[in-house]
Amino acid sequence: MHEHRIILEPGSADKHYWRDLWKFRGLFGFLAWRDILVRYKQTTIGVAWSVIRPVLTLSVMAFLGWLFESKLPGDVPRLLLVGAATLPWTFFSTAFSEAANSLVANRNLLTKIYFPRLIVPASTVIVCLIDFLISFIILVLLMIFYQFAPDVKLLLLPFFLLLALVTAMGTGILIAALNVKYRDFRYIIPFIVQFGLYVSPVAFSSADIYESIRIPEALKLLYAMNPMVGVIDGFRWCILGGETALYIPGFLLSIGVSFFFLFIGIRYFRRTERGFADVI
Amino acid sequence: MSEPIISVEHLTKRYVIQHQTRGSYTALRDVITEKAKALFKKSDPAISSEEFLALNDVNFTVEAGDRVGMIGRNGAGKSTLLKILSRIVEPTKGRVVIDGRVASLLEVGTGFHPELTGRENIYLNGAILGMSRAEIASKFDEIVAFSEVENFLDTPVKRYSSGMYTRLAFAVAAHLESEILIVDEVLAVGDAAFQRKCLGKMESVASEGRTVLFVSHQMDAVQRLCNKGILLDKGTVVATGAMRDVVETYLQLNTQSASTFQIELPKGFRSEGAVAEWLSIEDEQGRPTNELPFGSPWQIRVRFQIDRPLENFIIAIGLVTLLDFPIRTTWSSLQTIAPGTYDAVFISDGIVLTSGQFKITLGLSVDLRNIHYIRDAGVLTVSDVATSNKDPRIISTGAGVIMNQMEVRVELIR
Repeated sequence: MHEHRIILEPGSADKHYWRDLWKFRGLFGFLAWRDILVRYKQTTIGVAWSVIRPVLTLSVMAFLGWLFESKLPGDVPRLLLVGAATLPWTFFSTAFSEAANSLVANRNLLTKIYFPRLIVPASTVIVCLIDFLISFIILVLLMIFYQFAPDVKLLLLPFFLLLALVTAMGTGILIAALNVKYRDFRYIIPFIVQFGLYVSPVAFSSADIYESIRIPEALKLLYAMNPMVGVIDGFRWCILGGETALYIPGFLLSIGVSFFFLFIGIRYFRRTERGFADVI
Repeated sequence: MSEPIISVEHLTKRYVIQHQTRGSYTALRDVITEKAKALFKKSDPAISSEEFLALNDVNFTVEAGDRVGMIGRNGAGKSTLLKILSRIVEPTKGRVVIDGRVASLLEVGTGFHPELTGRENIYLNGAILGMSRAEIASKFDEIVAFSEVENFLDTPVKRYSSGMYTRLAFAVAAHLESEILIVDEVLAVGDAAFQRKCLGKMESVASEGRTVLFVSHQMDAVQRLCNKGILLDKGTVVATGAMRDVVETYLQLNTQSASTFQIELPKGFRSEGAVAEWLSIEDEQGRPTNELPFGSPWQIRVRFQIDRPLENFIIAIGLVTLLDFPIRTTWSSLQTIAPGTYDAVFISDGIVLTSGQFKITLGLSVDLRNIHYIRDAGVLTVSDVATSNKDPRIISTGAGVIMNQMEVRVELIR
């Protein structure tokens, strides 16, 4: 009789949250499907954009790395080194900014329909993940061109992809929730993305930082706290094989920061979620 | 006695609203200086926050199978209540127990995407409203048949007419499998045929034993569809019971409440001999009325002061639609007037206005020059409930502003 009983009280939205999230999994897929479909219909070259953007970033970053004489590990071609970093970076930057803006962009849904709000940023991240998978073709082509065979470590790539997902998701939902109440964050998001590109090892490699004698230890520590350092180093380690060494303490710190953001993000999101429709 | 399907206990919703305090008259200079001041001050004393109870200790129960009509003026708290029942916003205090799945339709076409086709939008909208893919697929044909857009299923909905769009959106929501259906004023859109169809659908939903909660300003629709009524006013429940009785209470509530509009003088206003004080909307016996029954005679009374003898004095009013379209202007004859307090009463003639709201502009002039001119001095509200002794030639069709029928002659030519 009471299988569908709902009790609404202040604070009650908490109790069945994860069960509701599961119940609304269909919506999750549909929102992602909508975003992909709409982009495909609104743009002339559609999916090609998910390849063009990383290719352009890759070219510029490789040029900068060459200009500043960033070190190449072993005989890895520069384009491959930069490519292995550009793809996760592009994924992170689009997923982060799309997720952070997703709640405000879907305001009409939030004020008219009930569903666990976490679905909105999560589905935008999934759309970006699909973009990432398409853009992976760039790396495959580069590997064929340089006749570069990856070793068995490539099988660990999904783990690092998950790490990238956690990073984008954690920071994305935190900013998304903040953005609902403080629209100032709309201006901060592009800044974070731009700034992040300079402090993440895209044009250069982490070895340039850790092996430098001019950079003080404190700055190296700060560098390691950037969660994207762990993600990108991991990608390079998987794809380029033994030629790149993984700096373990920095790598672990970076993973820790990623999960810390996910934890804080979910907590803050859950705490403020109930009031979204009131303030958005 | 069966257990209620919805029970609402001591439900309260509080909002904190921030607003800037300033005079009734805004000059651009003031706006600029205020903005400039705000730049240098962290907390502007002109911005104050105020608590506002959208719902204040609301209690009621709904039995399974009831069709409940929720009525009340704008701002009475109906939408807030529906949003709480639909789990969109959270109550500040109190508790609601709902024994069943809720499908709520607070807006037609929420989540419709203009670029997607009708078919794609049915799936998307169904998912947004909580249907599974299998559920949508099994109802797909029914939805399409109801919406009458078979031939345009693969056309993006941005190319749909607004009627097609509305039909499709309502069709998806109406086919939700749920014990409770919550509908907010969606029938305000769409043409008469569509409204009939929607009402019919909601009647059949109710006849299946499902519970319907319906908010509307259309008293005839509410009375036709609902057996129970809830009247909200200023966030509290004023009446519950049989729909007919609740509608009656609502109409009385409107006639009792004040209908007088005070006229505030702008800062630095200097009298040039004549100043309007207030105006009130009255029925034909001169009783102040907040909402005039459709088709009944009315009058507007304006109280004004004359503080020096004036020649060529005129008092005039204008009726303007909410969209600022002027409908009518009417004025007193030129006269010489002595100091004193006066009432000018503008009595309606045969013109029957459609239900809705009309803004009143007021002007006092001397030698055809306005000496006291007030835009939006008051609002005249014509309700959609007609008087009982209704002239058969006056029909509230909703088309146009003037509802009188003209004399029409049909002549055979050859």
